[in-house]
Amino acid sequence: MHVYADNAATTAMSQVAINAMLPYFNKVYGNPSSLHSVGQEAKEALDAARATVAQCLGCEPREIIFTSGGSEADNQAIISAARYGARKNKKHIISTAFEHHAVLHTLNKLEKEGFEVTYLDVKNGHNVTAQQVKDAIRPDTCLVTTMYANNEIGSVLPIAEIGAICKEAGVPFHTDAVQAVGHLHINVKEQNIDMLSLSGHKFHGPKGVGALYVRRGFPLVNVIEGGAQERGKRAGTENIAAICGMAAAMKDACDHIDENMPRVAAMRDRLIEGLSKIPHCALNGDPVNRLPGNVSFCFEGIEGESLLLLLDMKGVCASSGSACTSGSLDPSHVLLAIGRVHDVAHGSLRLSLCEYNTEEEVDHILEVVPQVVQYLRNMSPVWRDLQTGKREYIL
Amino acid sequence: MALYSEKVMDHFMNPRNVGVIEDASGVGEVGNAKCGDIMKIYLKIENDIIEDVKFETFGCGSAIASSSMATEMIKGKSIHEAMALTNKAVAEALDGLPAHKLHCSVLAEEAIKNALKDYYDKNNIPYDEKQFPDCEHCAHCE
Repeated sequence: MHVYADNAATTAMSQVAINAMLPYFNKVYGNPSSLHSVGQEAKEALDAARATVAQCLGCEPREIIFTSGGSEADNQAIISAARYGARKNKKHIISTAFEHHAVLHTLNKLEKEGFEVTYLDVKNGHNVTAQQVKDAIRPDTCLVTTMYANNEIGSVLPIAEIGAICKEAGVPFHTDAVQAVGHLHINVKEQNIDMLSLSGHKFHGPKGVGALYVRRGFPLVNVIEGGAQERGKRAGTENIAAICGMAAAMKDACDHIDENMPRVAAMRDRLIEGLSKIPHCALNGDPVNRLPGNVSFCFEGIEGESLLLLLDMKGVCASSGSACTSGSLDPSHVLLAIGRVHDVAHGSLRLSLCEYNTEEEVDHILEVVPQVVQYLRNMSPVWRDLQTGKREYIL
Repeated sequence: MALYSEKVMDHFMNPRNVGVIEDASGVGEVGNAKCGDIMKIYLKIENDIIEDVKFETFGCGSAIASSSMATEMIKGKSIHEAMALTNKAVAEALDGLPAHKLHCSVLAEEAIKNALKDYYDKNNIPYDEKQFPDCEHCAHCE
């Protein structure tokens, strides 16, 4: 059995998205900036896609900028808010310790330029609170940027509450919603979101395309200079096929949230319940406010990469926040941020489901994960030390 | 799986010499859990010959494969031959490791040397300290 349980990394494209893309490779191949009919036909498709994306987020089409993906959208949102703030001598930014690197590394860059960043800690081990945001706001705060939902541990942040606090304080609010769009109901107006980043390939759309929602009137700074595409805010000929594929996938996902997500969440809960029975393990992330498809565990005494390789051999594609899987020497900053010590963070496993997964696949995962964990523990000197009392259990 | 060579995958999926030797002549352990890999090597030595060798490893696929390969390479050999085993030889025997995983073959070499040092210590056999690099001095965990 082959089980793809790494949907937070990327998803398979839906037939809806593929069909939406096909005409734009060789039939409607015009450049939307061209004046002639072939170009204008492409322009119409672009406008329609923009309207679709805007409708899914509850904003106006003119508030949508198409980008190369979530990372570019994050970069542009944060840099724009920083430049705008600096003009008013506001150089303080609030974020969280468990953001995606697209946000963290952009903030690091700004810190080198003299900005001060407050990284809200994940004190209770699984989420940040709106109160933490409120307490961190200062007169010189020019931006609050928090993710909508965490990609590794699945915690869903109190976005509407944070949005209300930011609105009251008059501080722009950006959210990296890459993991949330298409999975959770979002309305940027009701939730007082000023900027929102999204990525096409997390909800069965194509890779290499994303969007930035920017509240009308907020001054954007270009990260890509050139032609006047995207109202002059993002240069480069639009990737019409990808944009149309993303819009179709997004509409499909948003239209079926109430139908798909309860089923996905039920599979998630069955996995969490079943895997919790493995001794000396712990669930990562918010047990209540959680992405429908996210299952994240740490298993004591084993290392994540070997776990992934063995699971792959048994037909299960998953991911881990161990150092060896990240290519760096440290385990994931997210797991460290929620208080997992290095020893335990190395033994992490993330399974991320979507509506394509089945109950049979859940059964298969529940059968093979305990086997593989036990197999690796049996050859682990750490596990032996834990069992013989030479080392104390952390989990 | 193109991440690793077939040899690495073979030794990872079917590791040789996993286990412990209760009455080992020498035991060596290197690495630490914080870094994400620990190797423990048990040697049974008779008349300067490694009669048996077992390992336990906490770590990634290449760490497990390196342990397995290294134990195969010293089994039945003299302690002098075992001392001469280099990380490079282990990596080559595995048909290569990705650059950021070469550290795993270093750990295997060090774990064996560490076990031999333990054997020398237990039997009051004199040796040159410089032959035994300290794991803590490697830049990997810094």
